[in-house]
Amino acid sequence: MRDVFIVGAGQTPVGEHWGLGLRELGAAAIRAALDDAGIESVDALFAGNMLGGAVNGQENLGALLADAAGLLPAEACKVEAACASGGAAVRMAALSVAAGVHDVAVAVGVEKMTDAVSDQITVGLATASDGDYEASHGLSFIALSALLMRRYMHETGASREDFAPFAVNAHRNAAANVNAMFRAPISGEDFARSPQVAAPIGVLDAAPVCDGAAAVVICSREALLPAHRAVRIAAAAAATDTIGLAGRADLLTLGAARRSAEKAFAASGLAPQDCDLFEAHDAFTIITALSLEACGFVPRGEALKRAAHGCFARGGCIPLSTCGGLKARGHPVGASGAYQIVEAAAQLRGEAGTNQVPGARVALTQSIGGHGSIAVTHVLEA
Amino acid sequence: MDLPRYHRLTAPYYRLEGRRCKGCGAVHFPPRVDCGSCRGREMEVYRFSGRGTVYSFAEVAQPPQGFSGPYMVALVDLVEGVRVTAQLTDVDPDDVEIGMPVEMVTRRLQEKGPHGYIVYGYKFRPALAQRQAS
Repeated sequence: MRDVFIVGAGQTPVGEHWGLGLRELGAAAIRAALDDAGIESVDALFAGNMLGGAVNGQENLGALLADAAGLLPAEACKVEAACASGGAAVRMAALSVAAGVHDVAVAVGVEKMTDAVSDQITVGLATASDGDYEASHGLSFIALSALLMRRYMHETGASREDFAPFAVNAHRNAAANVNAMFRAPISGEDFARSPQVAAPIGVLDAAPVCDGAAAVVICSREALLPAHRAVRIAAAAAATDTIGLAGRADLLTLGAARRSAEKAFAASGLAPQDCDLFEAHDAFTIITALSLEACGFVPRGEALKRAAHGCFARGGCIPLSTCGGLKARGHPVGASGAYQIVEAAAQLRGEAGTNQVPGARVALTQSIGGHGSIAVTHVLEA
Repeated sequence: MDLPRYHRLTAPYYRLEGRRCKGCGAVHFPPRVDCGSCRGREMEVYRFSGRGTVYSFAEVAQPPQGFSGPYMVALVDLVEGVRVTAQLTDVDPDDVEIGMPVEMVTRRLQEKGPHGYIVYGYKFRPALAQRQAS
């Protein structure tokens, strides 16, 4: 397999884009990434998206976005892996270039959630779970996360408030990110006071419903141009676990997250201690904790204790959600995995501004779908 | 839930019917076409007792379209050693705790609009013996 590089990155601000649909959002991110790379055409487009069919009534996003972004007649298709769709699209683009099938490919993650009202979004998000044995029994996506959180609290003795540092850190980092949805900081008291949406999960545990798109241009070493500030994709790995939570061998070990991280570390020859930052799938604070433990950054059951000591803040042992994460930058579900890559690439290029992790050389990103039924992990290297 | 799908699911929904592997004896719910333990292909119908304990639980305050809340949901560990995800019923949310004995009952899951059919299926309530004792 050939080495592959990210040579262009683009994104739209995350938020409620009442005037923009899937095609405008996707095309804007793709064009921004192409401009950043100084490239006008690509061999292939991979479009990560979760809810186009369920919420927007629009499938065939490959053709829609290739057309909208002026990339016809490039090969294009949608990549769907629930909330990990963006990460999966980046991996597919990287694979196609690594395999020598394409020289230049673009991956975009795009989601348009605000066209639907909240209970329709709840139904849409639940399509990531087991339709016959979870969603059809009234289990919302948040409720499934709440089952994980309740058991984690039971086994570790943690309280709801112990999860606060993840949300506080994400909001603090989003303040300096012009593309973030929530740029106001929150306090531990704000967290404790936030209403519960699916007890024990509160509003400030959860990432928001929103719109956005992010894209990266990926090419081979042969296609690199002198002007490129390239970031190498040192590894891209994916794995799966049971679709339903009830089938998991160990509820509090996200097996797919752990396996994909192990594969990514093995392929890159790197280890958790080599990482300068971690863009985690912080859709809910409990998922952040479980992802940190699955990737080997902290032992099982220790994530909250480390968080209380500031381990995951800027300047801590492993800076987390450095541009606000899903929690505060926002979580347009199928786009979030691509935002993680765009933000990690900015860190490795030294372009993260106020949020820059000094001297960042290695970044880990992990995109998780369906409460850990699917996970995609990338190791990026400056 | 559309009618053909509901029809297909009535055995597990009404009777908690899963599968038992004829090779290794492992029991499974939901039903599987092959054994997740030994990869055996010979499976037979196995009806679970419906008795178990709460492994984890949560309260749904914002129900999905087609459901009316709030209601409690749980992971239930059946006595046969299999875990099931379901709603809890006939219980005060404040009384639910991990380890609580529960039993399966058949209840209304969803309504297909004001003139449509009703989808019934399993939920779990505090075990009757437990309730009488308290």
